[in-house]
Amino acid sequence: MGSRTKMILGRVAQAIPVIIGVVVISFLLTRALPGDPAAYFAGPAADEESIAQIRESLGLNKPLIQQFFYYAGDLVQGDLGTSLTTGQTVMSDLAARLPASLELTLVALILSCATAIPLGVLAATRQGSWIDHLCRILVTAGVSMPTFFTGIVLIYLFYYLAGLAPSPLGRLDFIYLSPPHVTGFYLIDAAIAGDGETWFGALKQLILPATTLALFTLAPIARMTRAAMLTALSSNFIRTARAAGLSRGKVLYGYAFRNALLPVVTTLGMVFSFTLGANVLVEKVFAWPGIGSYAVEALVVSDYAAVQGFVLAMALLFVALNLIIDISYALIDPRIGLQ
Amino acid sequence: MMAEVTVNQQRANARQSDTTFGHFIYVLRDNPVTMLAFAMLAFFFGCAFFGPALVPYDPLATNAAHALEPPSWAHWFGTDNLGRDVFSRVIVATRLDLTISVAAVALSFVIGSILGSIAGYWGGWLDAVLNRFLDTIMAFPLFVLAMGVVAALGNTVENIIYATAIINIPFYARLVRAEVNIRRNAGFAQAAKLAGASDLRVLAQHIFPNALPPMMVQVSLNLGWAILNAAGLSFIGLGVRPPTPEWGIMVAEGANFIVSGEWWLAVFPGLWLMLAVFTFNLLGDGLRDIVDPRKRT
Repeated sequence: MGSRTKMILGRVAQAIPVIIGVVVISFLLTRALPGDPAAYFAGPAADEESIAQIRESLGLNKPLIQQFFYYAGDLVQGDLGTSLTTGQTVMSDLAARLPASLELTLVALILSCATAIPLGVLAATRQGSWIDHLCRILVTAGVSMPTFFTGIVLIYLFYYLAGLAPSPLGRLDFIYLSPPHVTGFYLIDAAIAGDGETWFGALKQLILPATTLALFTLAPIARMTRAAMLTALSSNFIRTARAAGLSRGKVLYGYAFRNALLPVVTTLGMVFSFTLGANVLVEKVFAWPGIGSYAVEALVVSDYAAVQGFVLAMALLFVALNLIIDISYALIDPRIGLQ
Repeated sequence: MMAEVTVNQQRANARQSDTTFGHFIYVLRDNPVTMLAFAMLAFFFGCAFFGPALVPYDPLATNAAHALEPPSWAHWFGTDNLGRDVFSRVIVATRLDLTISVAAVALSFVIGSILGSIAGYWGGWLDAVLNRFLDTIMAFPLFVLAMGVVAALGNTVENIIYATAIINIPFYARLVRAEVNIRRNAGFAQAAKLAGASDLRVLAQHIFPNALPPMMVQVSLNLGWAILNAAGLSFIGLGVRPPTPEWGIMVAEGANFIVSGEWWLAVFPGLWLMLAVFTFNLLGDGLRDIVDPRKRT
């Protein structure tokens, strides 16, 4: 157990240089601009005086190294600057909108894992059957589908033609009141408040965007599960388990699947990278009030601090997710910590 | 180790024989899907080169009398809210979309090759620094990093190309680094050095060409991804400005009409985009079969 703890601590330590690198790159993105960063931050409508004021407060008249420490110092205090459009600090804007994005992303990931992993396992155990072909078609189509296009097609099919889905505008139809804020996740908040109607309303709004995102992430997970399962099934320990007369279910799920899960967990890291990017597009299509659509709105009006704050927040979120994946990998894999 | 050796042998064999046109035809005949992918690729390049000259309507000409017409014989893909012909716009957009993605992939190919070769051949601190740098780029969700780069550099088409190139560099640099690294002390490299060739010459003429076959696979898979990224960026309003025809922006404009049932505005450019990405992915899989038969699925 001791060496497993050590391994986890070591992995956490490895994340530190990555975080420093992320901060350096986002610093470079904000300061090493071709134009005058102060003018960017002040926005297009600013006068000379306010630009000079911003230059002073950001320390832009100091050497680059010193500017970096100003920037890092601000970050440690959670100061990402002020958004020009909302007038709030970027930090509070992001914090207010983050639960919406997380709710969407997590539901989508659960949905796609719940579909892709069984699909991959079935495709591997019944190689050459119709389910294998279905898996292959889904995988190839999935990587070619632009997320925003999938979303629009789903809206057309389920909102306009079938009339099953509610209008694709935000997290909750305006006939409902948003549930009292506890976690910011509407599904959880409504459940806590015991408001079944709102819970159902929030779920109905969530289904289409979550499906769009899930369809996008389905492909890599299914592909990896199939490949990992095939590798596991052709290995010696499975042959031994079969020869020992273990039941089919025991061999498949007790031995092959548990081993196949490890590479799948590793690919989840790459899948997260794509999901967080695709999240922005899905939020735009469904007018979802998360941090992605916040960044898109900010980009259109050149609200500079908001965009950079968003990029940094997303990168830190991604680093954290990768860390969680690696740690859960260490917890799943019984071999780690035995040596 | 053995597996690696056999893979390299197979790669070497594949490379030796596909220099001849005959082998190329043989492989295509063997795999009709790859042949289809090549045909589709030729079609898209045809659209990019000759499309603007062949389309039936001016892609920018508005015609208020024929606004929002569903697909018909006169307008195969219908007309948009300003009465522009969607078919003409979709075809004309091919050139811009392909240019952005080809330019971006070419840039990342060149930069990635140089960085990866240096790191793989000389190793040491150069290698360590490059790896740290690539790790840092990969620590960002890539599409989000592209958004940040475009926001920082300015909202133009060139910057879309640079942003897409930056997020693709790690894939090439890592691939080249690995391919160069396993060969830097290979017999043929040492022989070339003994024959008096400089390090640079050994690297460029003897070692680097070995990395090309797997690189071509990467290029093909990457092109599809680059198109998706570029279209995604213009979908959220970056880079390409209306009224320029471009697939991403056309889907974005058409999205406003989907809730009222005018599906053809968004669906045709979206399908076209999907078809282009699909072509490159298919091609990538086909090329991978040619280059490395072991990875055939």
